Amino acid sequence: MVHHYHAQIYVTLRPSVLDPAGTAVQSGLSHLGYDTVEQVRIGKYIELTLRAENETAAHEQVDRMCDQLLANPVVENYRFDLKEIALSVGVTP
Amino acid sequence: MKFGIIVFPGSNCDRDVLWVTEGLLNQPTRMVWHEDSQLSDLDVIVIPGGFSYGDYLRCGAIARFSPALQATIQHAEQGKPVLGICNGFQVLTEAGLLPGALVRNRDLHFICDRVPLRVERTNLLWTQAYQPGEIITLPIAHGEGCYYADPETLAALEAKGQVVFRYSETSNGQGVAENPNGSLNHIAGICNSRGNVLGMMPHPERAADAMLGSTDGLRLFAGILAQVAAIA
Repeated sequence: MVHHYHAQIYVTLRPSVLDPAGTAVQSGLSHLGYDTVEQVRIGKYIELTLRAENETAAHEQVDRMCDQLLANPVVENYRFDLKEIALSVGVTP
Repeated sequence: MKFGIIVFPGSNCDRDVLWVTEGLLNQPTRMVWHEDSQLSDLDVIVIPGGFSYGDYLRCGAIARFSPALQATIQHAEQGKPVLGICNGFQVLTEAGLLPGALVRNRDLHFICDRVPLRVERTNLLWTQAYQPGEIITLPIAHGEGCYYADPETLAALEAKGQVVFRYSETSNGQGVAENPNGSLNHIAGICNSRGNVLGMMPHPERAADAMLGSTDGLRLFAGILAQVAAIA
């Protein structure tokens, strides 16, 4: 039986890569008075829904997608959460 | 010698390259639409600057899946010359033909300028018309041109002499070394270990016609012309 899953994917810059945009946002927060902020790192959030036989298969698919396209492993790390969903929720049959 | 210029939706320096190879150097040149996978008639492939596929997700990330780029990878694996300029350099790193990645400029700005570069290697197909250590000036125009690689990769690039162009101080030796975008080791252009694939952020095609003020970039194209003609 085919199941449907919702993946929430977080792509972040590897710690060794400078994030000038994060630094600029930190400066903005500081100007607003939030001088308690010690570091800002900006990443990407990607949502997708997919079909798979089971959760293990879905996990493998999303992992490969991240590795091959959604993240660039040279400069980015990724992690994701996977949740089974009913077909009717936000999925085109 | 036949040149091919890959045209993606969003490429915008393709016709500038055409002007150099066909207009200035009188070489047959074919514009290759990104859906075309028949590139076997080409001697040299150029991936031009621009914003391929809108630079969605990451610069160059989507372009690498196109049929034309898959065929370019085969072309490169046969040892034939490939040049990636600006967005083309980003595409080559995303495709794995060159190591490392190009990330957001250190100061966040899109930089449009002319910068001095030191030619680090002149025994390549591409750079044999330059003098070792020569300082040339080429235009840059990019927002994501900061070269990054992990320390091991960077050390290997340096050890194997794969850094071809480096942001430099000006030719008269005045002033400190310039690094416009924060690139590690001031890297502006690198080649693969075999030397046939070159990626660079500066635009040699925009410094090729004397009418536009500089011909420092023309020698890159003229050099490979002489070199490949000599082999053939």
